[in-house]
Amino acid sequence: MEWTYNLFEPIVTRLDPVWRLFGYQRVEKPMAAVERGVKGLLFDCQMCGQCALSSTGMSCPMNCPKQLRNGPCGGVRQNGNCEVEPDMKCVWVEAWEGSQRMSSDGGARIHEVQPAVDFQLEGTSSWLRVARQKREERIIARSGDSAQQETRV
Amino acid sequence: MKFDDEPIPGYSLPILPGHYSPGRLERVLRAGKFAVTTEMDPPDSADPAEVLKRAAIFDGYVDAINATDGSGANCHMSSVGVCSLLTRVGYATILQISCRDRNRIAIQGEILGAAAMGACNILCLTGDGVQAGDHPGAKPVFDLDSMSLLEIARTMRDESRFQSGRKLDLPPRVFLGAAENPFVPPLDFRPHRLAKKVAAGAQFFQTQYCFDIDLLRNFMLKVNDLGLLEGPNRAFILVGVGPLASARAARWIRANVPGVHIPDAIIERIEGAQDQKAEGVAICKDLIHQIREIPGVSGVHVMAYRQEHTVAEIIEQTGVLEGRVPWYPGRDNPEELNPESPDAVQEETTA
Repeated sequence: MEWTYNLFEPIVTRLDPVWRLFGYQRVEKPMAAVERGVKGLLFDCQMCGQCALSSTGMSCPMNCPKQLRNGPCGGVRQNGNCEVEPDMKCVWVEAWEGSQRMSSDGGARIHEVQPAVDFQLEGTSSWLRVARQKREERIIARSGDSAQQETRV
Repeated sequence: MKFDDEPIPGYSLPILPGHYSPGRLERVLRAGKFAVTTEMDPPDSADPAEVLKRAAIFDGYVDAINATDGSGANCHMSSVGVCSLLTRVGYATILQISCRDRNRIAIQGEILGAAAMGACNILCLTGDGVQAGDHPGAKPVFDLDSMSLLEIARTMRDESRFQSGRKLDLPPRVFLGAAENPFVPPLDFRPHRLAKKVAAGAQFFQTQYCFDIDLLRNFMLKVNDLGLLEGPNRAFILVGVGPLASARAARWIRANVPGVHIPDAIIERIEGAQDQKAEGVAICKDLIHQIREIPGVSGVHVMAYRQEHTVAEIIEQTGVLEGRVPWYPGRDNPEELNPESPDAVQEETTA
């Protein structure tokens, strides 16, 4: 699953010129629909719009009845099932197991504190947001480089 | 311990260098004393006297009293209400805030209100699911989780701003706490989750009921290995304990209260005793003796739901306070006595 997911994100990120050509706003809706389809099928994605899968062992934390994004609550049953839904395995038990299996830095990212969810982003494409952020980061990095070069001159 | 700068009850202590709150609990912990906290069962009533009466039971035995926030998703007097009544006469309180019932707008307002009312300690909780309580049809909010709540509370205190970025005129001076449950899956993740909470702002921890010393020992070893018990941002860990009323009650708790792990051996020991209630108290005392010996443990949190009168006996007989008498209204000055304490009633009748 990690492999499939890792396949999609870079493609969307690298297609940045295409998204810019059409305009990010215009591709938002169709892209959100694709994302909903793909991630819904693979991860039971709830489209929170700020995907945390890479830091939760590929287990969607929005499926937790308490929507916990930072780890399990104290109510996990001895068999590893959910306090609220006794027949469901705890999302965070799965997340922890998943993170131990992850090959990339994903295993370490489960230890990062996730900030509060921004509910304004619900239903929007997380991939496009990442693509846009990465582009902005590249621009900042480039202007940083040129600034450095200028100071050197 | 007695502080030279003891204020008029209801007023704050000065904040010592390196401290974050004007409270007694932080002072006791940072002084390296073995701390004792307990939990009050909040009344289903609007009677302020009832709150003071329930607090008086613990006079002289505890360093702070937790005011629960709809624990078990059951409706009771609010934690801010309870804290406000208690701080008025000087008690040290631990305000519990659960993410189950309020969103970030309500919660941040509550942190300011509680701090203004003299609550010096805040325990940031996710909260039990609504299915566990008496209003299973309620809407579960969970806008924040315990981690993002900690981070927001810390930002309010240290950076003097709301989550939105808007500035505060005066930040809340609070000692921040969180819960941990070392006794339920995923066990390997639990010490790391504690580390994550420390990173988010937690300074003290109160754990779920401990009935399994081996699990606690392993947990504390790992927490120590992660370096969480040293340095200026160290964590103070208070281990949850409490008397079980009977074998039947223990089985019921195990089956119905989320997150309480009670090994069979404990239940069998109670079952085999002639006086089950006394055996429950005896087990609690044995556990405290063992917990006291575990390196890195800073104290115990005694949860004696509907057995509050046993707390004094348990603490007295285990001797964990080492002769120390935690402050209570009237300890140093009889005029400051809690009006609802049994001593106050006696004085009136003799006069």
